[in-house]
Amino acid sequence: MDRWRIRGGARQAVEAAGAETTLTVQGSRSRSEGWKSLAFIALLLFSVLIGLALLVTLIIDALVEGSSRLNLDLLTNFPSGVPERAGLQSAIFGTLWVIGGMIVTMLPVGTGAAIYLEEFANPDRWYNRLLEVNIQNLAAVPSIVFGILGLGLIVRGPLSLGSVAYAGSLTLTLMVLPTVILASREAIRSVPPSLRQGSMALGATRWQTIWHHVLPNAIPGIATGTILAVSRAIGETAPLLLVGATVFVTFNPDGPLSEGYTTLPVQIFNWVQRPQDEFRVLAAAGIIVLLVVLLAMNSFAIWLRNRYQRPM
Amino acid sequence: MRRARRRRYALLVASAAVVVGGVAAGCGGGGDAIRIDGSSTVGPLSEAAAEQFQAEHHVPVTVGTSGTGGGFAKFCRGEIDISDASRAIKDEEAAACRDNDIAFEELTVANDGLSVVINPDNDWAQCLTTEQLKTIWDRGSDVDNWSQVDPSFPDEPLELFGPGTDSGTFDFFSEAINGEGGRQRSDYNNVGEDDNATVTGVAGSTGGMGYLGFSFVQENADKVTAAAIDGGQGCVAPGIETVQAGEYAPLGRPLFVYPSGDAVARAGVHRFLEFYIDENDAIAGQALLIPLAAGQREAAKQQIEALAGAVGGAETTE
Repeated sequence: MDRWRIRGGARQAVEAAGAETTLTVQGSRSRSEGWKSLAFIALLLFSVLIGLALLVTLIIDALVEGSSRLNLDLLTNFPSGVPERAGLQSAIFGTLWVIGGMIVTMLPVGTGAAIYLEEFANPDRWYNRLLEVNIQNLAAVPSIVFGILGLGLIVRGPLSLGSVAYAGSLTLTLMVLPTVILASREAIRSVPPSLRQGSMALGATRWQTIWHHVLPNAIPGIATGTILAVSRAIGETAPLLLVGATVFVTFNPDGPLSEGYTTLPVQIFNWVQRPQDEFRVLAAAGIIVLLVVLLAMNSFAIWLRNRYQRPM
Repeated sequence: MRRARRRRYALLVASAAVVVGGVAAGCGGGGDAIRIDGSSTVGPLSEAAAEQFQAEHHVPVTVGTSGTGGGFAKFCRGEIDISDASRAIKDEEAAACRDNDIAFEELTVANDGLSVVINPDNDWAQCLTTEQLKTIWDRGSDVDNWSQVDPSFPDEPLELFGPGTDSGTFDFFSEAINGEGGRQRSDYNNVGEDDNATVTGVAGSTGGMGYLGFSFVQENADKVTAAAIDGGQGCVAPGIETVQAGEYAPLGRPLFVYPSGDAVARAGVHRFLEFYIDENDAIAGQALLIPLAAGQREAAKQQIEALAGAVGGAETTE
């Protein structure tokens, strides 16, 4: 309890010190250094532009190549070996089930881990330090490794779910958890300690403080972490191929535990490998559909975030 | 205020509960489906078979492409009904199947002519002997100019393109040309699983050379030329007739599916396999592969009956 308060106090001190430094920097800025900061801003803008230009090039390229196949048939048809008949219906539903299953699993686990690490864990204990190092390292593990883990642990082995859509969700959950935990911790940490202290001073228990004050204020940050996680997971192909996503399914999954599913990136990957040029046009159109699905899911998360965002 | 917040949480919890409930209730979808997995070369063929079969019968079929090795691993654990393979089953894979009491039969369902492709401007290597190919592709080879292959060839740098070492095409080519699966020089442009990159590479380099499946030659006849191969019996170009007749040696290859005994015992799978053979011309045509010759077709039909009979017999003796 005491440690908690002291940590809060220490953080305030650090924040105050940070504010002072900013002031000093601004105060000491002389005219001769003006061009330096201008050059710096130009450099930053340039960096942003590189990323943007790449993205715009990719999108335009996909649009130009895929535009001839961007129609309703693409969304309503099922996969086919004849390019003119091929569509994405089962892949769209497969992606929604896999990513939806991932979100509902990842949120409670990720937020729970973040609450524990931020609010309860004693950073001096060796096991908590081990946890932190592990989580940070896990974020850098290649996705295919999570695919192998998912195959041995979830599809077969202890869980033995089989090649079902939810096994894909769980595998992707393992993959994105570090991102979600790190973002959620950041969000929880940014809730001012005065809020916690006020709540405790009024006699609220620690749990009430977290549930009624810390979490609601952290939701925007947690939502940002979720957006990042979904954006990464929705384009994954390799781990899903390992845990049993197929390339030809002419029915939609009827639940998270339905066997035989495919997802958008798996379908795109399959089309790109085909000898016929028409399939590459389809793949380009599929990339556009994937982008739209991603944007739709993220817009929903942003809408949710704005709903919960309250002025403090 | 507080009630409003509680309602918000309730909304979140409720939506989570709906999905978790769906998890519990969603068991058993697609239970009767015919599950196929394996080689990405055979995948389009099984996909074509599945698609045409489903147009007539109401049996769902799913096709995955986790590679020939990945397919056999699943097949011998009983996780799938039919395994697609671009090479024959290995001894250790067959042993794994036996350990799990999985009976199987090797059905040839189409033919492929592995093609050596050169640039259309290349007028000196229209026909290559298997020895010349070995000189170029063997392990340790440092040939980097066409003039090193044959003194009559021009002084033109040689640029090599080929699939990655996980590919069944790589295994087959290295065994047929260099005498041992996996034995091949490693300093070539490795295109991984993307055979279209071989087409692009060879089309863009006068001295380019690569190898890939016949379907890519059919689709890209304007960009690359398939060289004729002299395996000791004169120059033979890859084509439907030469591959079916077995003349395109040693690069003509059969493509297989391996159905399990338990699967063939199911009426839907049995009918699907018969359909696969009966409609072979249309199926192979859609997948740009070479259909079965008449003799191969007969043999395959007999194998299906034999496997079905063996399983039926085993069940009655039990």
